[in-house]
Amino acid sequence: MNVIETSGLGKRYGQSWALRDCTLTVPAGHLAALVGPNGAGKSTLMNMTAGLTIPTSGTTAVLGGQPAGSPAALNGVAFVAQDAPVYRSLSAGDMVHLTRNLNQHFDTAFARTRLDELGIPLNKKAGKLSGGQQSQLALTLALARRPRLLILDEPLAALDPIARQDFLAVVLTAMADDGVSVLLSSHQVAELERVADFLIVLSRARLQVAGEVDDLLAGHRLLTGPTAEADDYARRLTVVQTRRGDAQTHLLVRTTGTADPVPPGWEAHSVSLEEIVMAYLRSPGVSEPAALARVRRSQPTEATR
Amino acid sequence: MIEFRLDPDSGVPTYLQLVQQVEHALRLGYLQPGDQLPKVRDVVTALTINPNTVLKAYRELEHKGLAAGRPGQGTFIQATLEQVALPELAGLRRTLLGWLASADKAGLDEDGIVALFTSGLRDFFKSRPGSATEGTAEHGTEGVA
Repeated sequence: MNVIETSGLGKRYGQSWALRDCTLTVPAGHLAALVGPNGAGKSTLMNMTAGLTIPTSGTTAVLGGQPAGSPAALNGVAFVAQDAPVYRSLSAGDMVHLTRNLNQHFDTAFARTRLDELGIPLNKKAGKLSGGQQSQLALTLALARRPRLLILDEPLAALDPIARQDFLAVVLTAMADDGVSVLLSSHQVAELERVADFLIVLSRARLQVAGEVDDLLAGHRLLTGPTAEADDYARRLTVVQTRRGDAQTHLLVRTTGTADPVPPGWEAHSVSLEEIVMAYLRSPGVSEPAALARVRRSQPTEATR
Repeated sequence: MIEFRLDPDSGVPTYLQLVQQVEHALRLGYLQPGDQLPKVRDVVTALTINPNTVLKAYRELEHKGLAAGRPGQGTFIQATLEQVALPELAGLRRTLLGWLASADKAGLDEDGIVALFTSGLRDFFKSRPGSATEGTAEHGTEGVA
């Protein structure tokens, strides 16, 4: 099952496109990181996926083909907007009460237990909680709805390193326990390297690349060789980024398989996820994202193990 | 039960670090057949890593015949790593010490010896037919120079 499927998705505000021609498939069971600079279209994509924003063009479906914003989709998707949205003058207990009454499914016992474990008193006003506690409160309320897809818009930006790790631990444990799929946006790539197993890169309102992290790592290489031969060689490859010196040139290329031959005089190195992301952000527009959309055998999350 | 740890700077993929730690614990006798590996959820919470990474490590251990999943219970060690008999090990160690002495005599320092050994080891296992040192092409670790 695919938790997110968009086709030609776009959103225009006035004369400018916030997101254009986005065709994307995210299979279930992943934590998908959505990365890109400010203004790349991350929040727009998330809002349309959550059904909060109407697309200008194209379609978006969630949870195996439910149109975004439809009752079935709204029931299965939980969305936590940027900056941990809580009503500051309401107590944590009031927030639980409110969220329970606004939703069809809500696990009150789970929410209470979690808040107790986190040391968040039910009678304390949300506005008086620390930043880390506010984001944990928002996350607890989202998880208590028992969603199949959890969308988190920049949840880590305002948190200190400890609070970040605690927040991610709760999200990842929920994945292990319930098999919930997660879409999480961030501009910190490095800290997502061990956390995300699916990556979506947006830049300048366009999808640059998307795929399983393992496939992306296996599907990109840095080739280093003499500049004199670089142009000739580059013509036969999909080059994401070129760094050219007088004598030596580095080509970050997309490979079709692990057995691509490297010409004599050239060296091939593996690249980190961060290098791949930076290359796409620095040279947007090289990609045909469909090329990496092949989905490998999907493995169910076996939460009991 | 063993406790996993991660080295963020090693450059070794996370799932492979978990696999290697189990293998290491088996060699040193910290793990025996029948021992249970930590539950996926507990590893995820303790290390803040993706559950699919832990599942991948445990699948790799199952694939190698070192561990087996029991439905509803968890993953258990089911075999020991092949141990080389002790007399042979002593002989191999003697040969290695002799080789180290000649490398030292030739003027190689410690870093040079490590570099030479590492590249030799890599070439040896690369050229050995049907070898799979760090996982198969399917896992994307092959063919990286």
